[in-house]
Amino acid sequence: MSATSTESTRHLTTKSNAGAATNLQADQRQTTRRRTRRRLAPGRPIPGYRLLGPVLLLAAWVVTSAVGILDARTLSPPWTVVTTAGELIADGRLQSNLTTSLTRAVIALVIGVAAGVVLALAAGLSRIGEALIDGPVQIKRAIPSLALIPLAIIWFGIGEGMKVTMIVLSVFVPVYINTHASLRGIDSRYAELAETVGLRRWEFIWRVALPGSLPGFFTGLRISVTVSWLALVVVEQINATSGIGYLMSQARNYGQTDVIVVGLVVYALFGLASDTFVRFVEGRVLSWRRTLAG
Amino acid sequence: MATYAGRLSAPPAPDIARLAVRTTGLTRRFGDRTVLDRVDLTIEPGEFVALLGRSGSGKSTLLRALAELDHDVAGEGDIDVPENRSVVFQDSRLLPWARVLPNVVLGLSGGPGARQRGVAALAEVGLAGRERAWPTELSGGEQQRVALARSLVREPELLLADEPFGALDALTRIRMHGLLRELCERHRPAVLLVTHDVDEAVVLADRVLVLDEGRIVLDRPNNLPTPRAHRDPRFIEHREILLAALGVGITQDDEGNAEC
Repeated sequence: MSATSTESTRHLTTKSNAGAATNLQADQRQTTRRRTRRRLAPGRPIPGYRLLGPVLLLAAWVVTSAVGILDARTLSPPWTVVTTAGELIADGRLQSNLTTSLTRAVIALVIGVAAGVVLALAAGLSRIGEALIDGPVQIKRAIPSLALIPLAIIWFGIGEGMKVTMIVLSVFVPVYINTHASLRGIDSRYAELAETVGLRRWEFIWRVALPGSLPGFFTGLRISVTVSWLALVVVEQINATSGIGYLMSQARNYGQTDVIVVGLVVYALFGLASDTFVRFVEGRVLSWRRTLAG
Repeated sequence: MATYAGRLSAPPAPDIARLAVRTTGLTRRFGDRTVLDRVDLTIEPGEFVALLGRSGSGKSTLLRALAELDHDVAGEGDIDVPENRSVVFQDSRLLPWARVLPNVVLGLSGGPGARQRGVAALAEVGLAGRERAWPTELSGGEQQRVALARSLVREPELLLADEPFGALDALTRIRMHGLLRELCERHRPAVLLVTHDVDEAVVLADRVLVLDEGRIVLDRPNNLPTPRAHRDPRFIEHREILLAALGVGITQDDEGNAEC
């Protein structure tokens, strides 16, 4: 406000011989110009703004189904999905399969994330580690998990071990790649500082390397959480007798598209919820950062 | 504080090595270029030495050699420095992901004792109560004061400072000069201050060295009483001699400019 009035005052003094109307115009022009001067960074975060996109998507589904643009054979309408979900919950199938899937995902996530971090540290902090680890991880990254499943069945059987192993193999890659990249991006001047204050190697890892690579770690973790759900579908649709993926592949065999959509919605909800949770933790842990995230 | 004062008056223990720093024939090369050429340097315990030189004269290379930070640099010569030494860099080099107090006591062993010493060191540099602040919340001068606290909390026998005030504004720099002198008089480390600022060298140091093309071309004691006034004729004489050694000829005009 004060800036605007000062500028207009300056304007008044420079154009003191002009009429009052001209001054008024000049004043208005000043105000408009100030309004159009936008900041380049996004503004303050709006509470709950992240839900806006998913809610709009849901609304579009409801509206198109109700109006009839979206045929029920193409995609079951939301109300059918809700009814089906209710039935599945009533007979207990949704809960039991969900518990199985969640258990697999969580176990695999814990193992995979730990493996990703350890490998990233080993590859990021020693040349030998990098020479041994980085290549094979890139190779693994290039191989589709689906193509590995026949071999995995021969090696690990069709039990839980095979499923968890397959998810672990998918999950550790994003954590490794992002943590490693972030670790390599740590300013070497901090390593120099660590030398001058006499940090031992494990202190350096704990005080400098790990906290410095947290931004990348969280990016990797967010991808990994989603990847764990994706990998789950793949392994549960092959030789499984339980889990959300199994529920969906059964439904496919019987042509129950509504059950498939229930499965998709469950994946969507858990994917969004876990991502939100990781973001929340990330925001807390990385509160020292000054970024556009706000 | 009383203990520091006691240490000030105590004579140096004769059985410990007499010198804080001794280099003999120190040579460093980057490719074909000899950056340090057979440098012999000694610093007494508690002595404040400023090292002047033009950019590229090898002064930072010498400091990094003494800090043993020059891992992949070719060269020879003997270096004798105390194990207990600290480095202050031009940037404060605070870990952005750690609050102020953990930055100060970084690498310090000794649990709660270390914490107390860290709090005391922060109070000494005038930052009491800022223990839980993030480095990004501090001004440039405050960050550099935290860096000073970090180096002095270790009670170093040798303090190596590489243009520590180079990135600060003129007013903050004057305040930091006072603070550094005060801290050094209290803790009595041997100091090697690398700077390109002749006035800074004359204000702070007991002895000023000029490095040119890898060799020490001037070694000049500075016994002016403190606080040192820029208008003192002896101060001006020091400055003229140092500037001449740095290859900057002074005409009457230049001096007039330097005065303001």
